Amino acid sequence: MNARAIQLLQVADDELIVGWRDSEWTGIAPTLEEDVAFSSIAQNEIGHARALYELAAQELGTDADALAFDRAPDEYRCAPLVELHLLEWAHTIARRYLYEEADRVRIAALMGSGDAELAGLAAKIDREEVYHRMHAELWAARLHDEPRFNAAVDELWPYALGVLEPELRDELARRVGRASTSLLQTVERGAHTPDLSALHDQMTEVRRSQPGASW
Amino acid sequence: MSAEAVWAAFDEIPDPEIPVISLVDLGVIRAVSLDGKRVRVEFTPTFLGCPALEVMKRALEAKVTELGGEPDVRVIQDDSWSTDRISPAGREKLREAGFAPPPPRSSGTPTLVQLQAKAFRCPYCGSTETRLENIFGPTPCRSIRWCESCRQPFEQFKTI
Repeated sequence: MNARAIQLLQVADDELIVGWRDSEWTGIAPTLEEDVAFSSIAQNEIGHARALYELAAQELGTDADALAFDRAPDEYRCAPLVELHLLEWAHTIARRYLYEEADRVRIAALMGSGDAELAGLAAKIDREEVYHRMHAELWAARLHDEPRFNAAVDELWPYALGVLEPELRDELARRVGRASTSLLQTVERGAHTPDLSALHDQMTEVRRSQPGASW
Repeated sequence: MSAEAVWAAFDEIPDPEIPVISLVDLGVIRAVSLDGKRVRVEFTPTFLGCPALEVMKRALEAKVTELGGEPDVRVIQDDSWSTDRISPAGREKLREAGFAPPPPRSSGTPTLVQLQAKAFRCPYCGSTETRLENIFGPTPCRSIRWCESCRQPFEQFKTI
């Protein structure tokens, strides 16, 4: 697989899986507003995944649905941060905040890349992400002196670093007000957490029930 | 068949989610070009997760077929659509239907402080005494605001 396809799949898989995790709050968030917010964010993230899979599919001679649903768990290239099953509010908000900050750094890099097709799509994604960042920043500000939230951010910080290529990590550390990243053990992309396989089972269940069907 | 005729026909296709406005008013059709019977259409999604994307594409194809052409509709996933592409007529139609049209992007990327400002007009009574209820709404393109004057919630198009 060429470098471009790998890069597209990394970002697309992050967006699909984080969108799936966000959608787990539909109907059970602590307030109706958050039900709406998480559902809408999930829809956007999965929409971004679809657009990125379309580009990857052209590269790989397949289609977006096959990339999203027909691969084995080990073939996904998502970062462990997005895989974690975190049905607890402080951790959920900590992940949303850290993921949005990492994604902001990554999108800015993609917008400036020489790959015009990917740069154009990144710019479109960025317009939507503005609203996700507002949501994350609002919650991070609201919980900034809440010990459970700060403990969750500490716990997930090594995972957040693993979303980005090494050269972009200092920028993330600067944005979230954390010290130099060099001494930290980063949870790198590549190995998967046990949480991914359960998610994958559920995510692909309907599609697997009728292999080859035209939906 | 001419490009003008195709544009006019597309102006009859309602947005699947907000049928008061046409796909032309919405600004999602970027280009129409004819090569004999072949009609090439470039169209851009509004939000990438919009579930109406496929419906819009099929409606454009059906309209070209109805005109006797062979449709070649391409989805362009670049940055060429923003809410500034909604036509002035389209904005007026949105307002009449109870959707506050999106503020122009001229003032730059939207911020939370801006959204919390009392600068958004209620589509029902015209008051700017409105407040943000939720950045997110029933579809990706809308936020929810509350009008203090007529005491009603309303849907505000997001600027993107």
